[in-house]
Amino acid sequence: MAKDNSANSAENLIQAAEYVEKPESQLKEMWETLKQNKAAVVGLVIIALLALIAITVWISELIGIQILPYDPNYSDMTKSFIWPNAEHWFGTDQLGRDVFSRIIDGTKISLFVGVTAVAISLSIGVLLGSIAGYRGGKTDALIMRTMDVMLAIPSILLAIAFMAALGKGLDKAVIAIGLVSIPEYARIVRGSILSVKENDYVQAARVIGNGDSRIIFKHILPNIISLIVVRATLGISSAVLDTAALGFLGLGVQPPFAEWGDMLGRARGFIFTAPYTLIFPGIAITITVLAFNLFGDGLRDALDPKSRIK
Amino acid sequence: MNEVLMKVQDLSKYFTIDTDWRGKPVSVLKAVDEVSLTINKGEAFGLVGESGCGKTTLGKILVNLYSPTSGKIFFEGKELSALNKKQRRSYCKDIQMIFQDPYASLNPRMTVGDIIAEPIIINKLLPMSEVEERVIFLLNCVGLARHQRNRFPHEFSGGQRQRVGIARALAVEPKLIVCDEPVSALDVSIQAQVLNLLDDLKEEFKLTYLFIAHGLGVVKHISDRVGVMYLGKLVEIAPKKELYANPLNPYTQALLSAIPVINSEKKERIILKGDVPSPINPPAGCRFSSRCFKEFGPCKLNAPKLKEVSPGHWVACHLF
Repeated sequence: MAKDNSANSAENLIQAAEYVEKPESQLKEMWETLKQNKAAVVGLVIIALLALIAITVWISELIGIQILPYDPNYSDMTKSFIWPNAEHWFGTDQLGRDVFSRIIDGTKISLFVGVTAVAISLSIGVLLGSIAGYRGGKTDALIMRTMDVMLAIPSILLAIAFMAALGKGLDKAVIAIGLVSIPEYARIVRGSILSVKENDYVQAARVIGNGDSRIIFKHILPNIISLIVVRATLGISSAVLDTAALGFLGLGVQPPFAEWGDMLGRARGFIFTAPYTLIFPGIAITITVLAFNLFGDGLRDALDPKSRIK
Repeated sequence: MNEVLMKVQDLSKYFTIDTDWRGKPVSVLKAVDEVSLTINKGEAFGLVGESGCGKTTLGKILVNLYSPTSGKIFFEGKELSALNKKQRRSYCKDIQMIFQDPYASLNPRMTVGDIIAEPIIINKLLPMSEVEERVIFLLNCVGLARHQRNRFPHEFSGGQRQRVGIARALAVEPKLIVCDEPVSALDVSIQAQVLNLLDDLKEEFKLTYLFIAHGLGVVKHISDRVGVMYLGKLVEIAPKKELYANPLNPYTQALLSAIPVINSEKKERIILKGDVPSPINPPAGCRFSSRCFKEFGPCKLNAPKLKEVSPGHWVACHLF
C-alpha cells in the first residue's frame, strides 16, 4: 500500500484497467433521484399546472380575452347559492358569482402570495438566523431577542401594524406576512447552525482558509437545507391563509378580486346552507399545499447525496 | 536538521466555564497551561496524553482554530500570535491539520474532488484549469484512484476518508501538519496503513508533523521526539529512543507500562489510583501529585518546572 504512492504507477494502473469513470453532473443525478420519487413528480406536475393556469389567466386578462366560463367578479343576485350543476360546476356564491371561475382566477393571486411571502421570510430569516447562530455572543443575543419580541406579538396584529406603516393593498399584505414569519425561519436556522457548526468539517473549512461567509453558505447551509425546504413548503399554506385573514380585515385582497383564502373567509357564514362555497376553495388550497409539500420532500431527498440514486 | 520551524512559548488557553452577573469569570478551565515546546524542521513531534489533557486544544491553537489566552507562537521566526486576524490567515496555508474523526471531518454535501480542490481554489494556488490535475495527483499520493473524485464521503470507508482528509491537508503544500489522533478512530489493520502513508508523505513532501495521540504505542512508530502532557502541562520531552528506554517522570512510566505487550510475563503494570482530576480545579503543586506513586514532600506545595536533565531530555518533576 505504502509503496503505490508514486503518482505515476497508480495512474498507469488505473489507465490500464480503463476504469476512468466519466464525471456525472450533480444536477443530472439530482434530477434522476427526483424522477424516481413518484410523489415528488406528482407534486411538481401540479405546481407546473397551477403556474400554467395562473399565467394563462393573467395573460388572457391582459389582452382582454375571456377564457373562463364566467366573469369571476360579475355578481348576479338572482343567481346566488346555486348548487353545483352542469352550468356552474362548483355552484355560485352569495353574490351569484361562479365559484369555478373565481377559483381559477384566484390561482394567480394565491400562488403569488404564497411563494412571494415565503421567499421574503425565507431569505431574511435564513440570513439573520445564520449570522446569529454562527457569530454567537452579542450579535446572537441582539438578533434573537428582536425575533423573540416579534414572536411575542400575535402575528396578525403585527401584520396589521406593518400594514399601517406600509399602506393598503395586496403587495403590501404580502410583504407584511413575509416580515411577520421571519422569526420562525430565523429560529430553526439558528438552532441547526449551532449544532452543525461544531462539526469537524466546519473547523476543517476554517483551517484551510475559508472566510466566514463561505463557511456559512458552502459548508453549513447545504447541510441544513432539508429543514429549510420542508419548513418553506409548509410556510406557503400559512401565507395563503394569513393573506385571507388580512383580506377579511379589509387590508389584503380587496373585493371583488378572487383569492382562495378570501373566498374561504367570506363564505364562512354559509357553511351549512352552501358548503360548496367553502369546500372548493378549501380543496384548492389543500391541493396547492400538498403539491408543494410532496415536491419539497422529493427535493430534500434529491439534495442529499446520501439518498441519491446512482 | 535542527532548524526550528515552530516555537511555542508559555502558551495558555483558558476556557471560561461560568461568569458572574458582570460577565467576570468565576470558574475557568485551564486546558493548556504555560506550555513551551519547539518543533524542528522535518521532524515528527509526538504529543501524548490522556483524554482531556489539552493536547487537541494545543493543536487547534496552532492552526488558528482557537486564539491563545496568553503566550507566544513563533513560526519560522515570525511571531504569529502578534499578527492581526487577516495577517494570521495568510499563514493558514503553511500549517494544516488532519482531524481525528474521518466521519465528521468531511462535508457530506461535497464530493471528494471538491473537498480536495477547495483549499487550492480559495488560496488561489493554481489557475482553475490546473486544479483538477492537481486533485488527481493528490488522490494518487494518498492511494486513492482518480475516478473516486466524483464520489461523496459516505461512499468511502473510514481509512479512505482519512486519506481524503490527508489529501486536503496536503493540497496547500503546508510546512507543518498537526495530526490530531489521525488513526484513533480507525481499525487496527487500517491504522498501520495510514501511519505508513503519513510516514511516506513526510519524506515525499518534506513535511513536519505535530503528531497527537493518546497512547505511546502509536507515537513510537512515527515520532522523532515525544512530549508527554498531563492536565494542560508538559511533563516530559525527550527524543523517542531516550523516552522509551529511560522514562523519568512517573506519569510517563505509567503510560509506557500501559502499552499492551504480547508476551505477558514482561514488566509489571503501573496502575494509577483515582481518576484524572478536573482541569477546572486541578490539585495544588504538581498536578500529578494526587495520583503519583512517588509523591513526596514538595509535590503538593509547588509545581515543578521543566528542567533539562540530559541533552534534549526535559522533565518536570521534583525527583530530578
